Amino acid sequence: MNFYEHQRRNRRSTALLIGAFILLFAAIGAALDVTVTGFGVGGATLPYLTIGALLLSIGITVLGHYRGADWVMASLLAEPLRADQPEHRELENIASEMAIASGLPRPRLFVIPDPSPNALATGRDPAHAAIGVTAGALARLDREETQGVVAHEMAHIANRDTLVMTTVAVLFGGIVMLADWARRSLAVTGRRRGGAQALVAAGALLLVLISPVLSRLLAMAVSRRREYQADATAVELTRNPAGLARALETIGASTFPLRAATRGTAHLFIVSPLRRRANEREDGWSALFATHPPLAQRIALLRGMSPG
Amino acid sequence: MTILLLLLAAVAAWGVWIYNRLIALRNQVQNAWKQIDVQLKRRHDLIPNLVAAVKGAMEFERDTLERVMTARNRAVAAPSVSESIAAEGELTRALRQLFAVVENYPVLRANENVLKLQEELTTTENQLGFARQFYNDVAMRFNTQQEVFPASLIANNFGFERAEFFSAGEEDRAVPQVDLSLRPSR
Repeated sequence: MNFYEHQRRNRRSTALLIGAFILLFAAIGAALDVTVTGFGVGGATLPYLTIGALLLSIGITVLGHYRGADWVMASLLAEPLRADQPEHRELENIASEMAIASGLPRPRLFVIPDPSPNALATGRDPAHAAIGVTAGALARLDREETQGVVAHEMAHIANRDTLVMTTVAVLFGGIVMLADWARRSLAVTGRRRGGAQALVAAGALLLVLISPVLSRLLAMAVSRRREYQADATAVELTRNPAGLARALETIGASTFPLRAATRGTAHLFIVSPLRRRANEREDGWSALFATHPPLAQRIALLRGMSPG
Repeated sequence: MTILLLLLAAVAAWGVWIYNRLIALRNQVQNAWKQIDVQLKRRHDLIPNLVAAVKGAMEFERDTLERVMTARNRAVAAPSVSESIAAEGELTRALRQLFAVVENYPVLRANENVLKLQEELTTTENQLGFARQFYNDVAMRFNTQQEVFPASLIANNFGFERAEFFSAGEEDRAVPQVDLSLRPSR
């Protein structure tokens, strides 16, 4: 696998996502300007809402770029490691092992207080990356299995997948926020106007309604192929496909949902924390709506690799 | 004339670029080698603590403990790289034997201090394995860069030398990691 190529593709996807995000905000702002403040149709003299939406989207992008990892960890209620816990010390040691194997700095580590076994990585680059592992994963996975999971997350960091994924998480949160707000203001003011303005209002409404779906599709598109690649890179690091395969089996067999995970962060995890049937198949509509490739397929691929 | 000068400048720029790449790779190789040393040092420091922690309960295993300590002291005092590699290999084997024996002592398996030391030694062993793996990867990249034409012209003229590969002992080659922890495996 060509790391360099992979990283460049991820940087390009991130730039495209940010561009699309800012455009989407500006479009929604412009639509609201025409319908609410009446800019261009005899109302306001300046497109206040467009300017506001642009500033807001740029602000979210810039802040999210630097603080995204902390936002993600905070939304999952993640806590830093504790020195007196043997399992936390083991996680720290395993992360050191994988840092050496990959030649990257050791990422910051967090434990998510949840009995559901799962793990995720986030952060804009290897120097600012963070790995979160649930308490359930630490309790149920043995050393080799935890190593496989951490290796998978290190692979995402090395490939710069975390850059795209964190951007998606931060911007998806922004879109949901704006869509909620715009839907309310449309419901209040939309009725009083008629004709062409109603048409624009309908357009804005449509945009508002499809924007969460759009961002969902984006999240899915960036997630699925990457999981196979991260599994393969993880094996390159540990030379031990069985550890990761067993870990995936344990995580997949768990029936607890991860409480703090939302649609905005699901794509960051090693195995989807939302138990959705769409994630178990690899065809048609399922393939379009799943955040992760089918677990059985990933395990079969790992089982097929011979050690060494 | 101008074209000729431009061409010369381009060649010079390419030469500088290749030279700097080689220097960066050489530093990476040296850095990777130092990582191995760090782990070896850590292992040497941890072993006396472990031996002290298990000594009381392992009255009948003096030979095993003796072997670990002897191997450790020989590794610390090794005067050359090749002797150091041999001594470290012997130390790895002695440690494995010790951990296998510890399995038979329920008192030790319940001892928090022993468990902690075991985790530390386990991770040191693993980090050692991964550090060697990483060293070999970087050394391979460095050597390849020196050998491919036309970069080899620069490498040869500025006296770059090939990095040596770390060849593990036969018993270490199969799996670069060990799990010495006492947790029941599933």
